[in-house]
Amino acid sequence: MADAEQQARDDLDAWVREVVAWHFDPATGCPYWLEWAEQADWDPRREVESFDDLRKFGHFEDELLRGGPVRRWVPKAYADRPVYVFETGGTTGVPKSRISIDDFRLDYELFSKTLPDDKFPPGSNWLMLGPTGPRRLRLAVEYLAQHRGGICFCVDLDPRWVIKLIKKGWMDHLKAYQTHVIDQAVTLLGAGHDIKCLFTTPKLLEGLADRLESDGTSIKGAGITGVFSGGTEFTPQWNRFAHEELLDGVYMTPTYGNTLMGLAASAPSTPENGYKITYYAPQPRAVVQVVDPDAPDTVVDYGATGRVMITTLTKELFLPRFLERDEGERERPYEKYPWDGVSGVRPFGRLASVTTVGVY
Amino acid sequence: MIHFPVLRWGEPYQSLEVNQVAHFATGEPLAEVSQANGGLVARDLRKAQRARDALREIPCAELVKMVKRAGELFQTADLPIGDASQSPDDFVRQQSATTGLPEQLCRMNLEKLGGVLGQLDKILDALTRRLDLDIFTKGFGDEDGVLRSYQAIAPVLGMVLPSNSSGVHSLWLPVVPLQVGLVLKPGPQEPWTPWRLSQAFFQAGVPKQAIALYPGEAEVGAAVVAHCPKSFIFGGTATVDRYRGNPAVQVHGPGFSKILIGDDQVDDWEQHLDLMVHSVLVNSGRSCINCSGIWASRHTKEIAAALAVRLGPIAPLPPDDPKAELAAFTVPGQAEAISGDIDSALAEDGVEDATAKYHDGGRLTSHERYGYLRPTVLSCAATSAAAAKEYMFPFVTVVECPQAEMLGSIGSTLVATGITKDEPFRRSLMEATNIDRLNLGPIPTTQLNWLQPHEGNIVDFLFRARAFQMA
Repeated sequence: MADAEQQARDDLDAWVREVVAWHFDPATGCPYWLEWAEQADWDPRREVESFDDLRKFGHFEDELLRGGPVRRWVPKAYADRPVYVFETGGTTGVPKSRISIDDFRLDYELFSKTLPDDKFPPGSNWLMLGPTGPRRLRLAVEYLAQHRGGICFCVDLDPRWVIKLIKKGWMDHLKAYQTHVIDQAVTLLGAGHDIKCLFTTPKLLEGLADRLESDGTSIKGAGITGVFSGGTEFTPQWNRFAHEELLDGVYMTPTYGNTLMGLAASAPSTPENGYKITYYAPQPRAVVQVVDPDAPDTVVDYGATGRVMITTLTKELFLPRFLERDEGERERPYEKYPWDGVSGVRPFGRLASVTTVGVY
Repeated sequence: MIHFPVLRWGEPYQSLEVNQVAHFATGEPLAEVSQANGGLVARDLRKAQRARDALREIPCAELVKMVKRAGELFQTADLPIGDASQSPDDFVRQQSATTGLPEQLCRMNLEKLGGVLGQLDKILDALTRRLDLDIFTKGFGDEDGVLRSYQAIAPVLGMVLPSNSSGVHSLWLPVVPLQVGLVLKPGPQEPWTPWRLSQAFFQAGVPKQAIALYPGEAEVGAAVVAHCPKSFIFGGTATVDRYRGNPAVQVHGPGFSKILIGDDQVDDWEQHLDLMVHSVLVNSGRSCINCSGIWASRHTKEIAAALAVRLGPIAPLPPDDPKAELAAFTVPGQAEAISGDIDSALAEDGVEDATAKYHDGGRLTSHERYGYLRPTVLSCAATSAAAAKEYMFPFVTVVECPQAEMLGSIGSTLVATGITKDEPFRRSLMEATNIDRLNLGPIPTTQLNWLQPHEGNIVDFLFRARAFQMA
């Protein structure tokens, strides 16, 4: 295990050098980082030799992602490629946006390798039941289905509207909207499309399972064999509840991720480990650390609680040491993922009171 | 440590998520409370009809006997709590420790709830106007030669309960004898009363599948309201506004209860000083029936000054002191915020703090985990923003307002005590739709007649009278 950890560390350092060289090369980097380098009194290409050296960048502020011009984030090497933009937040004010060319495909190809074929059979069709619109999830899940040889049906849910309904207290409208979304999902599942795989959020999975049960069937009865769930906070209690009472033996894998990072898969979560969910980032393309909120240069001890810090290291996006709006416990490397993980992910306590979460 | 499980139709369920309930002053953990999740509530409520079915197997008269017995047990017995048992004294100490309410007030509420259960037969007689309770079971029956039919609108009543005062639990006590199940979401700091009442009900023979208990966060409360056809919810003005006009929800918020003194009686205001003090102070001012406004056309400064003499010197005492009358604010920053709000109100013209001179060291006492506010009396020279304030401690505004303008200015009022013998004014009070409970004459706002409905008749909320014929 120690060798694997060291190898992962060496791979990460080598990848950091390659990515930094790419983003700060005037021929390949994006306008934002090239202009940043012009004003800095140090040269990242000379001084960054390892992941730890990224400290020199301080902490990336995601506020920089609000507003345009969005092209400043497109690496010159990709200037002629078709560019997608994905948004996060946006209930009020200008949403944060990030560009993407192939990252979502690469991230989901990596994630695809973590899915068991007997539960997510290659060639089977998918239902994407969750936030689509300007979010990465829609294209990403659709691509995942295609990558595995299937076709993806999509039912949209607009989380920005859901948040507004909650804030306004329009609970009847909220209920009607949830029903409208679930109606569409149930219709698709009963339409003979041979859908076996499902992406959805915890709340929508509850809604779907309840509806199917009212109709005299279940997630399993509707033909689903594998569920990939994420998008909102995923607690061990909810994980247990879903396994014991909603899924009827259907396999489910929790995930953690967002528009800015790739997708973190989870180690097996079972009754034996109290349904604890530990996520591991798709290193070296992204790194998750758990740091002391008051001294974010310091990683907390294993088992201790801290704020989640992510670093995104792809050739499309360089995002060093961004302090997420989440907290959790630092977890030890795992055989399959020989680098640090994070468990118990939940909204960062100091910010939680001003954030509406779990609305999907 | 004591562990409160979730009760899923009487069956204990230990959640993987627990919330620690701590001593308000020391922070010492006193209990762990299993936290439900919204989906679990939604799922269980699909089986709500079973709760009513189980209760309908027992005649209402038998259920009335059971809840009366439960009242005795609640007040006197050692009842299960987790793996241990809890005596009434334990209950008083534990509830005081997590809510900040003085032990003597916890005991008062214990006796109050036991007392209400003890007279539930009379209460149901009053609420149903002596209807034969079997009519609720069968759905129809004969009353004085007339065929009556009542239909239960909901198999269970959902309740999102507060932490501030256990007295409010009296509102839902008539539910079980009406063969309607209970879905309780306890306040985060007050798991004690819903649990102990449930255990008393079970010991008295009420079927376990009639009661569900879902501690948890706001998501759980929202699930209770969303999935119960009828709910009670307790909260602040924002909650009241959110659910106003929703026929599925009976919302209990601030009472803005008042004493209105008529021009014919105001010159004799001193005769009613005890009544005013009592109405403001009892239960540390935490109840919706506590008086937060005294309105009169004259003598308001003298009334405020006299109240200040009585209320101002009252200071916080340890919760186990039998003379303790003030409850602590246990939400960090809450006492400070309220005190700041009062200071802002005092910036208005004509608003004065009559109690300031009795508050050695100030109105606010702040500690690391809690705070106290000493009783505060403001005099208001006219109706103003300050006059509409209500807080969860002994606080009252004494407002100068011509009698003719009073009813148009007081706003929504849960309890109004009208001290007047002036017939036209008494008639106006009777007609005022912004007053719920009306006391005509010198009756404290806090003096309840349990045989009368509170914020609507719970029988009307749970049952509808309908036409029914049978050939």
